[in-house]
Amino acid sequence: MASYIALSYLDLALASVLVLIDAGLSLIFGLKIHRNLLIAAIRMTVQLTLIGVVLTALFSLVSPLWTGLAVLAMILFAGQEVMQRQDRRLSGWWSFGLGTGCMMMSSVLVTAFALLTAIRPSPWYDPRYAIPLLGMILGNCMTGIALGLNTLSTSLMLRRASVEAQLMLGATRWDAAAPVTRDALRSALMPTINSMSATGLVSLPGMMTGQILSGVPPVEAVKYQILVMFLIAGGTGFGAVAAVLGGVYRLTDARHRLRLDRLAAPQAV
Amino acid sequence: MACYSLRVVAGDLNTIVVQTGKSVNRQTARPEVPKEPEPPFLSDTSLLQVRDLQTKILQPASFSLAAGECIAVKGPSGAGKTLLLRAIADLDPNQGLVRLEGRDRSAIPGPEWRRLVGYVPAEPGWWAETVGEHFRDWTAATAVLAKLGFPEEAKSWPIARLSTGERLRLALVRALIIRPKVLLLDEPTATLDAASVATVEDLIATRLRAGLAVLWVTHDAGQARRIARRQLAVEAGSVQEEIGRWPVTSP
Repeated sequence: MASYIALSYLDLALASVLVLIDAGLSLIFGLKIHRNLLIAAIRMTVQLTLIGVVLTALFSLVSPLWTGLAVLAMILFAGQEVMQRQDRRLSGWWSFGLGTGCMMMSSVLVTAFALLTAIRPSPWYDPRYAIPLLGMILGNCMTGIALGLNTLSTSLMLRRASVEAQLMLGATRWDAAAPVTRDALRSALMPTINSMSATGLVSLPGMMTGQILSGVPPVEAVKYQILVMFLIAGGTGFGAVAAVLGGVYRLTDARHRLRLDRLAAPQAV
Repeated sequence: MACYSLRVVAGDLNTIVVQTGKSVNRQTARPEVPKEPEPPFLSDTSLLQVRDLQTKILQPASFSLAAGECIAVKGPSGAGKTLLLRAIADLDPNQGLVRLEGRDRSAIPGPEWRRLVGYVPAEPGWWAETVGEHFRDWTAATAVLAKLGFPEEAKSWPIARLSTGERLRLALVRALIIRPKVLLLDEPTATLDAASVATVEDLIATRLRAGLAVLWVTHDAGQARRIARRQLAVEAGSVQEEIGRWPVTSP
């Protein structure tokens, strides 16, 4: 780690001029996004500074309780985000509960798997490993689940006649929803597949480049990245299957009826 | 072409068989009866018994249907005819008592119920590319399809290229070959030419003689008279049997 170069606040201030230039462009071209742009930049700075403080505290504590609470907070924020990305939400508690529950199940499971088998820090819940790993898995899992649930609800609405046609002929709810279920799962997993196939050619993943910048030999950084990619694929897969099947379960009922009335009314834009 | 009811429910046609709201039998109701016994139309003689079937929009509807009997269902668009059929097929949440051959619907799993009580919607849905993929048993279907003018090659026809009329007839066959005991038809001939209408009516009449019971939604008064001896009128969510003017002619 000899080649690690620390940044001064002056370095950051200099780079922030780029954002101010963006804002200037927005003013010149009348894009009316300079306000949003500046707010987003400030939010980013404040949020990251805070998380830096929080992580420093967590890393020095190495407490299972506090690490657990941080993990929980991350999952709850991700659940909120999944809910916000739905064109048509499930009604009631399901809209938050389903995505959040599935993300918690799969990301915690996969993170624990990596910590107990591949990385094996001591103690195994050491936040310096647990938190970044969970964050990467959770972020991808969130995208997958949000896409999967959104595809499920929109295609059930669009293809209602075809799903009900099968129900009318005596199909079970699972059989009738199978084509739509497949589409939803495909769209949930597509970003993961695409990113795996483009990685290294088109994009250099942030985690790997971060390690390289901090002086880790590229071959070692690449090994970490490959591990993380597998974990992401696994976490997204489990989470998406659970969420989409949960969605099918909620949008049908025990009498094998399609229950689109369990979608909340579309949100006013 | 008339479809004969094998058994007239509860004795004769002037007995109330269909009502909304409270079930009262006209023949037995006296002005001051403190406790109404179970409505007599729920005897075990009819194939399908419906009592106080209701949804959020549909007001309580009661009627019964005998084996081999056909009831025409009429009413303006948006009155709730489709909702009535969907409620009987248990495709929408609904309350009330529905029995088939004396068996309570709630005791029969949904998929099995819909194989016994088939429903053909006005705009049937398709879930695969070609015609053949929509039939569980193509060999059983070909015989019936031939009667409706479809050749053997129809199996590989793409659904996207079919006319509305072809789709309606295919959907009818798709439901028939499952051999339901009751068939709920939602304007099955709305977009057909005169010759096809006659073939479809003929096909259903044959099945009626074999014991199938049918609820047939139609806007065509002539057709209603040809196919059925009883008629339900649906208006603003309320279902009532038309009595007196019906049957118009004896077969």
